[in-house]
Amino acid sequence: MIVRVLDIGIAGLLLGGIYALIAVGLTLQYGVARVLNIAHGEFIMIGAFITWSLYIIFGINPLLSLAICGPAIFTIGFLLYRTLFRRLRISSASPAAFEGSSMLACFGLLFIIQNLAILIWGADIKGYSYLAFPIRFWGQTFAANRLITLGFALAIGLIFYFFLTWSRLGKAIRAAAQDAAAAELMGINIDQVLALCFGFGALMAGLGGTLLSMSYKIQPTMGLEYTVIALIVIVLGGLGSIPGSFIGGLLLGLVGSIVTYIQPGLSLVAYYLLFMLLLLAKPTGILGK
Amino acid sequence: MDIARVISKRSSALWAPFLILILLASLPLCAPQYTIILLTTIFMYIVITVSWTMFSGPTGYISLAPAAFFGVGVYTSALLGLVLPLPAIIGIGGLASFCLALFVGALTLRLRGTYFVMFTFGLVELLLHFVLWWEVNITGTTGRVVPTVNNTKVFYFMLIIFVILMFALYTIRGSRFGLALEAIGQNEDAAAHTGVNVTMVKVITFAISAFFMGAAGALMATRWTYIDPKIAFNPLLSFMPVLMAIFGGMGQLYGPIIGAAIFAYLEEFLITRFPYYYMLIFGTIMVIAIVYMPEGLVGLIRRLLKSSTEGRHART
Repeated sequence: MIVRVLDIGIAGLLLGGIYALIAVGLTLQYGVARVLNIAHGEFIMIGAFITWSLYIIFGINPLLSLAICGPAIFTIGFLLYRTLFRRLRISSASPAAFEGSSMLACFGLLFIIQNLAILIWGADIKGYSYLAFPIRFWGQTFAANRLITLGFALAIGLIFYFFLTWSRLGKAIRAAAQDAAAAELMGINIDQVLALCFGFGALMAGLGGTLLSMSYKIQPTMGLEYTVIALIVIVLGGLGSIPGSFIGGLLLGLVGSIVTYIQPGLSLVAYYLLFMLLLLAKPTGILGK
Repeated sequence: MDIARVISKRSSALWAPFLILILLASLPLCAPQYTIILLTTIFMYIVITVSWTMFSGPTGYISLAPAAFFGVGVYTSALLGLVLPLPAIIGIGGLASFCLALFVGALTLRLRGTYFVMFTFGLVELLLHFVLWWEVNITGTTGRVVPTVNNTKVFYFMLIIFVILMFALYTIRGSRFGLALEAIGQNEDAAAHTGVNVTMVKVITFAISAFFMGAAGALMATRWTYIDPKIAFNPLLSFMPVLMAIFGGMGQLYGPIIGAAIFAYLEEFLITRFPYYYMLIFGTIMVIAIVYMPEGLVGLIRRLLKSSTEGRHART
């Protein structure tokens, strides 16, 4: 029994690590840059497919792809904010109007990215086998790739957390999250900071996608499901709180693994029920103000 | 003189829609089947878009649940299609969506706008996964067969749903209820302070708009003959009305109708000519419409007309 609980717990953490990473990305985009990025899952999908292509065509190690995918997707995110969302932010009458119009623009992006991917890679389900050997651990066996995924997700999350708390740019980002107008008055180049935030958000999604592709099957339409999960996690953790989304991601992973153990196929339904209960009981989330 | 002008304007504004309706209703007598089918699709989009605008237009709460309500209608039709006559199925489909919207609205509409958007966005995925799980594990099927109905009959029923929808919309707009809805959109706190039961007004309007989506879904299911959860709860149907309403312009009653009609035709055109690029073009138009036409087609035309009349004034 204890072994089984441990088994489910660790499987949950393995899943939760990716959820956490993806949700931190969305928190940066929504909590700071105020773009409710419905196309978040599409950046995950791009990360996964670039990794797949690099591995299948050039034989590049998926872990090495982290270093290729990351900067590439960061650049896409950064440029998107500088061109599209900056324009919308300036032309919007109020922050609420910007939230609405930027979200709708993200729908457009969702369709564009998803269908470009279908044109490039086709609509089939794809996958590859990487480090799929078992590792014995506390008397349990785990696939090596899932453990590496969790390790990298935690490491990326931690590095980013320290970057936010200690670096100058990180402080600027946190200032912008609290009050963008005041931060601008304090001499922060707000356009640059928000664009960087959006870029970092896309980066997290891309890295999440690369890690996902190592142990899960991928397809161009997979993004939407992860977007829904990321949305639930950021509400669970408290809108705008980065540590909150990280913890929320791990928690949701645990819930997912428990539900999958009892009744596979219902995990998304369980997430949603959790979301409903949360909205009723404590809409501010775990670490929300 | 002014009064005379107002009266004549009123009567023409009243007669024009009637004329168009009579024309549309007599169309199946002479037009080919293809036109009837195309028009039914166009009116389906118009019904969904207008009922979406009924709630989201005045309040500013962006609902991404149309596909959920539409899907509930589709499944009602699939479950009861062999047992009940069509009008009853349409009514029950609408009522099922109405009840779902009451429940969802009561849960989420007391919260801030963003939570509502997220919740409705997830609702479609939730229902899709739940029905999929139910069909595979409990009933042991993946799809269902819906009894077909003659195309002309479907067209007439869609037209009737549309007329009832427009009637409901006009009634709400002119009533105290409609004013309360406007007030919520302008300033929710102020509306609450002046004695409007904010949550109740929002929830009821949301449910009424869901009724029409469910009714349209129940009717359209008869056109498809075979349905499965992925067809019934297609997330695209949640985004389409948003895009169509924004493209047409939400400020005016006829904006969403024009937007829906143009887009539904465009969809038909693009799907037949560029099946692989259709969604790509769709996404691109969406981004361009949001960036360059925040007030939609109607707003754009008005701005152009205004600037041209201003130009004439400047010249004289």
